Amino acid sequence: MSIGLITAAYVVAAVLFILALGGLSNQEKAKRAIWYGIAGMLLAVAATIGTPGVGQYLTIAMMVIVGGVVGWIVAKRVQMTQMPELVAGFHSLVGLAAVFIGINAHLEMGVALAARDAGTAAELAGFAATIAKKSAVELNILQVELFLGILIGAITFTGSIIAYGKLSGKLSSAALTLPGRHLLNLVAIIACFALGALYLGGAGLWTMIAVAVIAGLIGCHLIMAIGGADMPVVVSMLNSYSGWAAAAIGFTLGNDLLIVTGALVGSSGAILSYIMCKGMNRSFVSVILGGWGGESSAAAAVDGEMIAADADDVASAVNDADSVIIVPGYGMAVAQAQTAVSELTKKLRGQGKSVRFAIHPVAGRLPGHMNVLLAEAKVPYDIVLEMEEINEDFPDTDVVIIIGANDIVNPAAQDDPGSPIAGMPVLEVWKARQVFVCKRGQGTGYSGIENPLFFKDNTRMFYGDAKASMEALLKELD
Amino acid sequence: MKVGALKETAPGEARVALTPESAGRLKKLGYECLVEKGAGLAASFTDAAYEQAGVTVVDSADALWKQADVIVKVREPSEAEIEAAPEGKTLISFVWPAANEDLLEKMKAKNLSVLAMDMVPRISRAQKMDALSSMANIAGYRAVVEAGNNFGRFFMGQMTAAGKVPPAKVLVVGAGVAGLAAIGTSTSLGAITLAFDVRPEVAEQIESMGAEFVYLDFEEEQTDGAETGGYAAPSSPEFREKQLEKFRELAPDVDIVITTALIPNRPAPELWTEDMVEAMKPGSVIVDLAAERGGNCTLTKKDERIVTDNDVTIIGYTDFPSRMATQSSNLYATNIRHMLDDLTPEKDGKPVIDMEDDVIRGSLVCHEGEITWPPPEPKTKAIGSAKPKKKEPEETAEEKAAREEKAMKASLNRTAIMLAVGGLLCLGLGTVAPPSFMQHFIVFVLSVFVGYHVIWGVAHSLHTPLMAITNAISSIIIVGALLQIASGNSVVFVLAAASVLMASVNIFGGFLVTRRMLAMFKRS
Repeated sequence: MSIGLITAAYVVAAVLFILALGGLSNQEKAKRAIWYGIAGMLLAVAATIGTPGVGQYLTIAMMVIVGGVVGWIVAKRVQMTQMPELVAGFHSLVGLAAVFIGINAHLEMGVALAARDAGTAAELAGFAATIAKKSAVELNILQVELFLGILIGAITFTGSIIAYGKLSGKLSSAALTLPGRHLLNLVAIIACFALGALYLGGAGLWTMIAVAVIAGLIGCHLIMAIGGADMPVVVSMLNSYSGWAAAAIGFTLGNDLLIVTGALVGSSGAILSYIMCKGMNRSFVSVILGGWGGESSAAAAVDGEMIAADADDVASAVNDADSVIIVPGYGMAVAQAQTAVSELTKKLRGQGKSVRFAIHPVAGRLPGHMNVLLAEAKVPYDIVLEMEEINEDFPDTDVVIIIGANDIVNPAAQDDPGSPIAGMPVLEVWKARQVFVCKRGQGTGYSGIENPLFFKDNTRMFYGDAKASMEALLKELD
Repeated sequence: MKVGALKETAPGEARVALTPESAGRLKKLGYECLVEKGAGLAASFTDAAYEQAGVTVVDSADALWKQADVIVKVREPSEAEIEAAPEGKTLISFVWPAANEDLLEKMKAKNLSVLAMDMVPRISRAQKMDALSSMANIAGYRAVVEAGNNFGRFFMGQMTAAGKVPPAKVLVVGAGVAGLAAIGTSTSLGAITLAFDVRPEVAEQIESMGAEFVYLDFEEEQTDGAETGGYAAPSSPEFREKQLEKFRELAPDVDIVITTALIPNRPAPELWTEDMVEAMKPGSVIVDLAAERGGNCTLTKKDERIVTDNDVTIIGYTDFPSRMATQSSNLYATNIRHMLDDLTPEKDGKPVIDMEDDVIRGSLVCHEGEITWPPPEPKTKAIGSAKPKKKEPEETAEEKAAREEKAMKASLNRTAIMLAVGGLLCLGLGTVAPPSFMQHFIVFVLSVFVGYHVIWGVAHSLHTPLMAITNAISSIIIVGALLQIASGNSVVFVLAAASVLMASVNIFGGFLVTRRMLAMFKRS
């Protein structure tokens, strides 16, 4: 294929990627949009394989087939509740690939420069040939890009692996707080940049490998220090990083398609992180540094009693209700209660009651996690609403059922300026006539903050495993 | 163990301490339930209904005392009843120990364990067994209904074809449980409702129910409601004067007065004097809920309805809860059930009297042959300690506009600064970087902007599919690996091949899982 044709294919692929992302603005368009993405990817890969100088077709075919089969199997088998760890796991692959390609670029650069010095540059093909034509400044820039690609790639790689471990429960989800951890990170970052400077000064490959190792450690340590409920931010941040890594590699290779796609993915992840942070009223920096913001003034103590209710109390309240709002949280995913919840919804809607779902932006461990789980359980998406859409409807609601959520319905965020989550937007469930909280035990949530909601007069605690509770409730309903 | 409900012996008492519904709940606690024949009739619970709920109907009170281990009833037992009772039983009912010391002695002689429903401490944990509150709530409601029954006009103002009907004006004195219930009922009937209480902290509650709080021009340190168990304390003579002055001012205006002011262990304060009654319009109604303790109104006669010379009706009934026997029995039986719930921590039908439990200790008046009244101070502070909140001044339209304009300007300034800094950085970069780099840089910056606008348009509910698809397309990095794979260098070849492999996993896995997710989203 000619260079012109390849560039044209790249332009079309970039446009298709933009359309694929843009199509996600609504559920029906999205089903078509995914095909744009697939087509774009096919076109890009086909055009690249057709580029003069690309060879080893057999190896490529084998790798694509093996990788494809593995990807296929993983995607087929994964449970919807495991989505967060799957996404995190996939990110690590992009990160590692970025590191490898960066190192390759360095090696190629060595080959190209040696050839140029030897006067045999004309024999070079592909990437090496482009490098051979570069000026000294361009080579320096290339080195900076290469450094950035490896740095970001390595952080993404190890960070994603840790995130995967935490989300899948293979590692403890509690935040690891080493003494002087901020200093540790700072020293490591400075070391990376020092090595980068050395590299620009002419030091060899070892500096880049050292950067990869140190950045890997930073990624590890950074994510270890972040607790379970902050994971949505982390996963979207890693998503963003995988994009920036691709963009950096794109600069290195002088490939616009990589730059465009990397920038799209990078800004997408950044926006998701921003939305998550806003949902928790925390700054991005404080999330990434881990822990709950440190010293906050003493939260107001809550007195009163949590009053327990059993399935038939809930059932009688729900039977009398005309409007019900269900607020799902991570606890629903843990208990795999979404099918039972969906059955409940079907039954209540069958009786002509209005049943809706209220989704807080940070419910679950991935942006939009709850929506996917509910969709999997065949809850129609038009009754699943966002916080802004539904918050003002709570005062007119008869019954609110909270399933495995805690901080996102904590009234202290609005009432108690001393609370660590003061100012966080929350679902105003307490304004409803009756609130049932389905919860395993009396403990506090992830943040360890006491929830005054549980002590309110119109709140009843419905203790037990979410799935078992919902099934018990289903039986009691008439 | 067996729980038995007696038929009330007091004349006119229609309530019963056990309902078929509460019996069902008690069964879950492991108790067997008995009821005296005809005990629920006056409250519209037939013996058949009890039997259907699995309650054994017992023919006489004597038989019930013998068979049951825990006796529940509403009113305090008469001395004759206690004398006839067998020894060693547990009794739960109203007792009024302060007024019935002789009765306590008799109970002690019979070695009864007695829990007084009127002594349940006012802590939030015990709200569910606070029978005084549930009865007061009914009294408050009924007081308004009774007033309406004796009042010749509508509560709600109306404009009818036959002329204009002015709304009734109701004054509620004392905003305790009964007062608040009266306020709620009165406002929902559409009357203009005024309310007064000596505790300024309840003003907010009153206003939240749609009534108007009557403020006094008076500066005085008020006792904290929590220190007196959430009840009102006696006020100073000056304060009282001021209060009466205000009432005198209101008297000619109001159509209905409902007084509920009580101070624990004292006669009811006299708040509505004879001259105020005289000042009221003919046809007005006064309902005095404090009649039991002498009445807030000077002219009140206990248990009677009188009409004064200027045609003001004064109602001094004391049996409001009993007048709504079904409702009050339901609530009282639930209070009793919660008390038994607390007494039976193991849910095995065996009551345990835990002297460390504030609620049980507080209500226990007689136990193991000793009088245990009055109880020691509870460890938990009473509720009702809410301090009056300072109202934040509402912002006016101009202030709002000014604030918004300021925010707008700040945001514009921020944008301008960011643009300037960004522009300068770009210029700086342009001076050092070669044109080949700048070309890619333009592509990069534009893509970030496109990405920014496209991603904000993505539906929140599709954020997970978004992550999956961006994950798939970030594998475009495969292009880099493909370009390098043909290099002669074997290390490069191996690394590039590995990258192709990993990126392929990602491409197939990412797109497939996105498709799976999107296919699940269905409209109803």
